[in-house]
Amino acid sequence: MDQLITEKLSKRYGSSSMALQEVSLSAPSSGILALIGRNGAGKTTLVRILATELAPTSGSASINGIDVMREDKRLRERIAIVPQEARTVAWMTPKQSTLTYLMWRGFEYSEAKKRAEESLARLKLDKFADTLNRKLSGGTKRKALAAMVLASEADIIFLDEPTTGLDPISRRDFWEILRELAKDRFIFLTTHYLEEAEQLADTLAVLGGGRLVAVGTVPSIRGRIRHQYSIKLPANSPVPGVAQGEVTTGRNGEVQILTNEDEAFAISKKLSVAGTRFSIGPVSLDDIFFQLVGESTQGEQEAATMGGGGGASW
Amino acid sequence: MRRSLSSQLVASILVNAVYEMKNYPINLVNTVLSPLSFLVVIDFVSRGALIGQAIEGGLIMSMFQSGMSLQGDISHLKNDFKLQDMLVSSPVSPAAYVVGMAASEIIYNLPALAILLVLGGIYIHPGALQALELAAALVLMFLTSITIGFMFATLSSDIVQSFAWSRLLTTVFTAITPVYYPITYIPFPFRYLAYLSPTTYVAEIMQNAAGFLKLSESVEIADWAVIVGLAAVLLVVVSRNARWKEK
Repeated sequence: MDQLITEKLSKRYGSSSMALQEVSLSAPSSGILALIGRNGAGKTTLVRILATELAPTSGSASINGIDVMREDKRLRERIAIVPQEARTVAWMTPKQSTLTYLMWRGFEYSEAKKRAEESLARLKLDKFADTLNRKLSGGTKRKALAAMVLASEADIIFLDEPTTGLDPISRRDFWEILRELAKDRFIFLTTHYLEEAEQLADTLAVLGGGRLVAVGTVPSIRGRIRHQYSIKLPANSPVPGVAQGEVTTGRNGEVQILTNEDEAFAISKKLSVAGTRFSIGPVSLDDIFFQLVGESTQGEQEAATMGGGGGASW
Repeated sequence: MRRSLSSQLVASILVNAVYEMKNYPINLVNTVLSPLSFLVVIDFVSRGALIGQAIEGGLIMSMFQSGMSLQGDISHLKNDFKLQDMLVSSPVSPAAYVVGMAASEIIYNLPALAILLVLGGIYIHPGALQALELAAALVLMFLTSITIGFMFATLSSDIVQSFAWSRLLTTVFTAITPVYYPITYIPFPFRYLAYLSPTTYVAEIMQNAAGFLKLSESVEIADWAVIVGLAAVLLVVVSRNARWKEK
C-alpha cells in the first residue's frame, strides 16, 4: 500500500512539446526518493502534479492508495511542499512564517506556536527565530522553509531542488535536515546535484526529456548500465586501445574511458607501466546519469555545474 | 486531525496585515495618509464646503484600495514567495485563503477607516438608517474591488505589472471619477464616462444618503441595482475563472 505509483502520466503545456511523456513509476513511499534530470527534463512538472498543484494531460497517479487527481483534497491533508524558488516572506521572521503556515493548515494558535518553536529548535534555528527573514543568509532561509514543513503533520513531503544555490557547507547541513525529515516521513526530492542524490536517496528516479529513464536503488541502477568502471586521464595523455568500452573526450581535452572491470584493470596496468597519470573507480552517479540520458561529451559540460560523484576522482 | 477554520482565516490576517504593520510601521503611515491626503486637498480647495463628500470619498477610496491591494498582495505571495503553491498543497481551501486575505486588507486599512469614520461622525453625523445604507454601499464596493483584485491576481504572473495595475485602477476609479466631489461638477458629455466606473454609483448612493445629492427614487434604485448586479456577476466570473490548481 505504501507506494508511489504513476501510470502513463503525461503533461503538455498548451501547444508546446510534452513536458512529461507517459511516466510510469512504482516506488516505495518511504525514506527519500530523489528525482534527477537535466533542466527541462520534467522534474518540476512531475512534482507539481503529484503535489496536486497541476493537472496532468493524461495518466494517473496515487500515493499510498490515494488518487492524486480524484482525491486531491484527501491527499492535501497529508502532503507539504517547498516549491522550487520558494522564498521566506521578507517581512516576517522564521517563527512567524512557521506559525502562520501551521495555522493555514488548521492548527490552533497555541499548538502552532509550540510546534513552530520545536521545529526551529530541531533545525538549530532558534537563535534566528525572531530575526527578519530578509536578514538571514541563503542557507538559513532554506532551513526556515524546511522548518515550516517539518513542523507540519504532513507525512509526504515534496522538496523541489531545495539546495540549489547553497554553498557546499550549507548544502551538507541541509542534507542532515533531510535525513532527519526522512526518519518518519516520505521525502520526494528533486535535485541537480548527483552527489546529493547518491548520498541521500533510498530510491533514485532518472528523468530525461520528459521520460522516466530509470528507477531503483543506486546500486541496482549501477548494475543496469553497460560500463561499470571509469578511468580518467588528463588532456593530451596517450590513450590505450579500448576493446569493450568507450572513450569520451571532455571540453578541455580530458579523457574518460568507461568499460568493464577486467578491461579497466588491464588498461590501468598499461597506464601505470607507461607512467601516465590517471584515476580509476566504479562509475559515479554522474557517469550513470550521462549514460542513461544518452549524454557523452556534451554532458561533461553539465558535470561542472552538477558537482562530483563518488567513486572515481578527477 | 480537526482543523480550525478560524485559524486559517487568522493566518492570512497575520501574514498580510499584522506582521507587515508590526515589522514595517512605515506601511501603516502610507495607508493612513493615502485617502486622507485627497480629503485635505478637497477641503482646502472647497474652503470646507465639500468636507462631507471628501470623507465619503476617502471611505470609498479606502475600500476600493483594499480590494486592489488584495490583487498585488496575492500576486506577491504567489509569484515572489511561491507561498500560494505551498498552500495549494495543504489542507487550506481557496475560499478560506481568499476570505482571510480579504479580511487582512480591511485590517490593514483599519487605522485609515477608523479616522475617516470618526470624521464622518463629526461632519456627516448620519442617522442609524443612513449609516446602514452607507455601510451597505461600502461593503458592496469592497466586494466588487476584491473580486476584480482576486481575478487579476490569479491570472497575473508578473508582480511588477500587478502592482502597477493596482495603482492605476485605484487612481482611475477613485481619484478621477466623482468620488471625492459630486458628479454634478462634471460637464454633461463627460458625465456618461463617469458611469463606467462602479465607484460613481457607490458615491452617488452615499452622497444621496448623506443629503449632499438629491437623487430621484428611480435613479437611486438603478444605482443599487448596478452595484449589486456588478458584484454578483463578478463573484460568479471569479469563482469560475480564478485558478487555484493549474490546468
